[in-house]
This record gives sequence, C-alpha cells and structure tokens, in this order.
Amino acid sequence: MSATAKKGAAKKDGANQPFIYRHYDQEKLRDALRKMYLIRQFEEGAEESYMRGLIHGTMHLSIGQEASAVGICLGLSDEDQITSTHRGHGHCIAKGADVSRMFAEFFGKTTGYCRGRGGSMHIADVSTGNLGANGIVGGGLPIAVGAALTAKKMKTGNVVVCFFGDGANNEGAFHEALNMAAIWKLPVIFVCENNGYGMSTSVARATAVPNIADRASAYAMPGVIVDGNVVSDVAEAMHDATERARNGEGPTLIECKTYRYRGHSKSDRNRYRTKEEIEEWMTERDPIEAFESQLMEFGVIDQNGIEEIRESVRKEIEAGIEFAKESPMPEVANLEKYVYTEQA
Amino acid sequence: MDAQVETATRELSYAQAIQEAMAIAMERDERVFLMGEDIGVYGGAFQVTGDLVERFGTDRVMDTPISELGGAGVAVGAAVTGMRPIFEFQFSDFATLAMEQIVNQAAKMRYMLGGAVSVPVVMRFPAGSGTGAAAQHSQSLEAWLGHVPGLKVIQPATPHDAKGMLLAAIEDPDPVMIYEHKLLYKMKGEVPEGYYTVPIGKAEVRREGADLTIVATSIMVHKSLDAAKQLAEEGIDVEVIDLRTIRPMDRQTIIESVCKTSRLMCVYEGVKTLGVGAEISAMIAESEAFDYLDAPVVRLGGAETPIPYNPELEKATVPQVDGIVKAARDLVTGAR
Repeated sequence: MSATAKKGAAKKDGANQPFIYRHYDQEKLRDALRKMYLIRQFEEGAEESYMRGLIHGTMHLSIGQEASAVGICLGLSDEDQITSTHRGHGHCIAKGADVSRMFAEFFGKTTGYCRGRGGSMHIADVSTGNLGANGIVGGGLPIAVGAALTAKKMKTGNVVVCFFGDGANNEGAFHEALNMAAIWKLPVIFVCENNGYGMSTSVARATAVPNIADRASAYAMPGVIVDGNVVSDVAEAMHDATERARNGEGPTLIECKTYRYRGHSKSDRNRYRTKEEIEEWMTERDPIEAFESQLMEFGVIDQNGIEEIRESVRKEIEAGIEFAKESPMPEVANLEKYVYTEQA
Repeated sequence: MDAQVETATRELSYAQAIQEAMAIAMERDERVFLMGEDIGVYGGAFQVTGDLVERFGTDRVMDTPISELGGAGVAVGAAVTGMRPIFEFQFSDFATLAMEQIVNQAAKMRYMLGGAVSVPVVMRFPAGSGTGAAAQHSQSLEAWLGHVPGLKVIQPATPHDAKGMLLAAIEDPDPVMIYEHKLLYKMKGEVPEGYYTVPIGKAEVRREGADLTIVATSIMVHKSLDAAKQLAEEGIDVEVIDLRTIRPMDRQTIIESVCKTSRLMCVYEGVKTLGVGAEISAMIAESEAFDYLDAPVVRLGGAETPIPYNPELEKATVPQVDGIVKAARDLVTGAR
C-alpha cells in the first residue's frame, strides 16, 4: 500500500522538500489530508451526537492530534498492526476503518465494529490491523510486544505500532514492554502521543525526565522527538523506525509532541490549563491548517481541491451518522455472546 | 474415559505429565511455545519445563525477564495474533502483578471486540501451601480468576488429568488458567502415552458413596479420598467429586450427587470466605438438590490468615485429613 513517489512526482524536486514530498506521490498526500479531515469531522460528529444524547457513556476526543495518527499510519499496510489508546478514534480512522461502523459502535448498534459491546474506548478494526483501543492506560504496550513477537516468530515482515499517551510512560507496563521488545529485538514501534497532560496532571509534574523519548536510552533503543503536529516530521521518524524494525534491528520510541483541544473526557472542566494556552495551539499550531498550506505551497492541492475533499468528508460523516442511527440495537438475549468462542 | 486416543499407560509424576503435554503440543503445533521466568536452562522453579529447552531451543522455551505484567501481556498479544503461548508464573502468587493483563485484557478482549478475536493463551500457576515458603509463595487465589467471565479456570488433581487437561487447554480458543498444587508435582500416577485430552468443565466422581458428597479441588481431592477410606471403616460411605474445573463449573454432576447423598461438604485450600466452596454451596441452595438436603452444607477451606512459616501453623491453615474425617463424621451423624 505504501506508494513510493516516482522521480519528479512532486512539482518541486530536490533535497529541500520535506520527507513526505520526496517519499510519497501526490495522491497519497491528498489522501493523508483527507484522513485528517475525516478524523476531525468524525470527532466533531461524535461530540455533537453525544450532546444530543445519541451516544452514552463517555469519550476521549483527539481533535488537535490528527497529524500523529495519520503520519504514523501513512506507510503501514493492513497487515501491519497497531494497538491504540482510550483516545483512539484517530488511530482507527488513520489505519483505514470505516467511519459508519465506528459511529454505529458508538451508538451501541449491532453493525458497530464491536457489535455494540465495546463503544468508544474499545474501538477496533481487526481487518485493517487495529487490535483495539484500550481503557487501561498502558494496557496495550505488552500486547503490542506480543504481536511483534508473533511477527518475528512467523517471519511475516510486518511491524506493530504501539500508540500510548504521556500518562502511560509512568506505568510499569511501559517499562516492562520496552525492555522485552529491546532484548528480543522485536519489530515494534512505540509511539508516545505526548499531549502535555495525563488527564489533569502535566508531564512536568508527573514525569522525572523532560521528554518521554529520554526513557528510550534506558532500553537501548533510539528515542526520537518530533513535532507531532507536522505530518511529514512524524512520517519521517516513522519511516526510519519501520526500516529499523523490518531489518531486525529492534524497536524505536517516537515521541510526538502534540496537544488535545478538548478536555480529557466529557467530565473535564479544564481547570488545569489556561484558555490562552489552548487558543495558542489552536491558532498557531493546528496540524490540519499547517498541512493544508504546505500542500498548497508544494502544489499538491489548491483551494478548490481542499473544498472538494472537505465536502466529500462532510457527506461521509453525515452518511455514517445516518447509518448508525438506522442500524439495529443488539438483542438482550445475546448478552452473553462473545464471552467465549463459540465451538461447533 | 474422556481420553480420545489412549494407548499404553505408565507411571509419571504430575510434573512430568505436564512437561510431556507441553512437549507433545510443541511437536504437534509450531505455534505453541513456552514463556516464563527461568523455564529454560534452569528448568523452572519446580522443574516442570525441565530439559525442554534442550529439545526445543530458546525460541520456543523462552526465559522472560522478571516482568509478570509485561510477560503475561506479551503472551496475550502473541495469542491474539496467531500463536499459542503457554505462560508459566513462577509462583501463582506472582500473578497478582499481572492481574491487569489477565483480568482486563485476556478475559475481555474477545467480548470488547464483539467476537472479532479469540485469545488462546494458557497460563500456568504453581499454587498452594505446604512448602514452608510462607505468605507470599503459598496462596491459592484461583477463586479470584474464577470470578472473571471470559476466563476458564482448571485445577487438575492427578497426573492423568494434568496432561489431558493441559492438552485440552492448548486446543481451547479462549484463555485457560491452570492452577497446579506444588505438592502434587511429585505425585505419581498412571498416564497414557501420546496425545489425549480431558475435557474442561467436567467434574469427575472419584469415589462413589451414599451418605455424603464431598466436592474437593486439587490436592484436597486426595485428602478427601484418604478421609473417605477412614470413614468407610466407620461405616460412613462418602462420595468424592473432583471438581477439576472451577469455571465453567460442572453443576449437574454435583447436583445429582447431592440429590443422592443428601449431604454436601466442600473442601478446598483457598481461604474459606468467598471461596470456591461458597459458590458450590450457593449453587446447591439455588438448585433442586436443596430439597434433598438433610443437613446444613459444610465448607472446609483455608483459615482467614496469610500462610504462616512455622510448619505446624502452616498445616493448621489448610484442611487436613483428620479435619475432613471429623467434619464429615459430625455432618453425617448429626453431631454438629
């Protein structure tokens, strides 16, 4: 699936162009932009549906973090796997999931990816390699290492990406998982989306080192810090890490510095950060705006093209919500289905 | 019996039977591999893996760092993606460090994902007291895991069942937790050669009797059989059921037995309160067997204390043959 650019595919050539313009063709880049819109509009659609009482429970929105999800998944195939987090809608979409089935899951419907059993916090699409979001901070880290162990044992050549947040880096599971991945040289890439806060507690107050990537040295793997709001920077770090993993050289820790615009979850009163801080990220460092203007600068897309994609995404979201609304509810009689594997 | 293809039998220890099951599974299926602390060249803390590393190599008999949480999670991740890992906890007590992965991940992943995946992981838990290892190396916490839908929890009591149930566990598409009492490891018994399975979820009547049903787990099966022998000399005829699986529990076998004997005693090593016996008693109270009861149900379980170091105190913490004999006699003669 990874579409490598042919020579001269981009308008400008030469080494001055950022990584993705050298490495991917224009269609792939426009698709990356589309996925970012899709994530943002999905989150907005989910938020609105929640406000209107169509979705219950809670959810953790990833608005503002679209570049890391898309930049990391850009070069992956469906056979490459990811483990995701409670803030995992973006990962799921970036990996290729269908937003209709995601909405259906949030609405608790049988057509949802988890047949209404998982909801937002367990959203998964195994068919595109997403082994699932996780309600436990750090829960996915050892599982990703296990998936990478399978890849190594079965010699599939696939890589596994383990998304986690800054909060997870203080869980024991993080340290145990990184250590095992390193001693066994497994094809896993640990991607920390550092959005500055574990719920309300800032990284500065919770973590003894200034950067999460600093912890990589304790496990003898490269620790790479990137601007998580710049798609190309994320994708370049990911490309290097993937090469390393596929060559049997072992894991990499990538830290994407980013920011979430919304609160931790629906209960958040935003008392731990200032309006100014939020506004600064939204106006100065928005990942989608930055990517749009860069794509225009390099002649990959024009204003009309942007409008076109936005409109098609808007329609896809609308249709997705409609699909979810119209889908059937699960039957209570099937409550215990899927606890165990049905055996013939 | 339940075995599919039984050939000649010979005497093996419980530990050897488990080792043989793992070797057969690894020969039959290249997806099967072992993980655990010091299970390679050391052979495992109880020599259950023994020399398997020499036969199958370090890729299939993998020593892990001392990382129970991470190791269990790696096994879960490998299982979900197509392997058949068998994860050994060095002592069952150490599984407390891995509860997150067992309870939140392994048990629930299939359900949370609406049936999109299965988690065919096997975890082995050397459990129980009697080794002088005190409070943190002697517990019987199987009821913890028995409380979790999504897991299957088994406690084979004989070398025959240890091999057959482990082979069944490896074939099972869902997470199976095997509690192995450490004092059983050296116990010998007839074990068929080759491949066979003993079904998960089926209890076994070890001794038929008319006066009292004892439902026992793991090593307590043997203590109860010893007690039954003594009681027979007094004219008390005890039926002993080896529960074998605590989740899913074979309710029917117990109900039928209690309907026949009209008396029930549960014998298990885990702490009495909220233990396996509580579930069996409650299940009988809810069933048609309740009307057949001639006496209150009796539970003999572990004392409400951590396992102490001193050998006399340690013995007093869990049910012993004398205690079972007395409790059974009192129950049948109405002395209680």
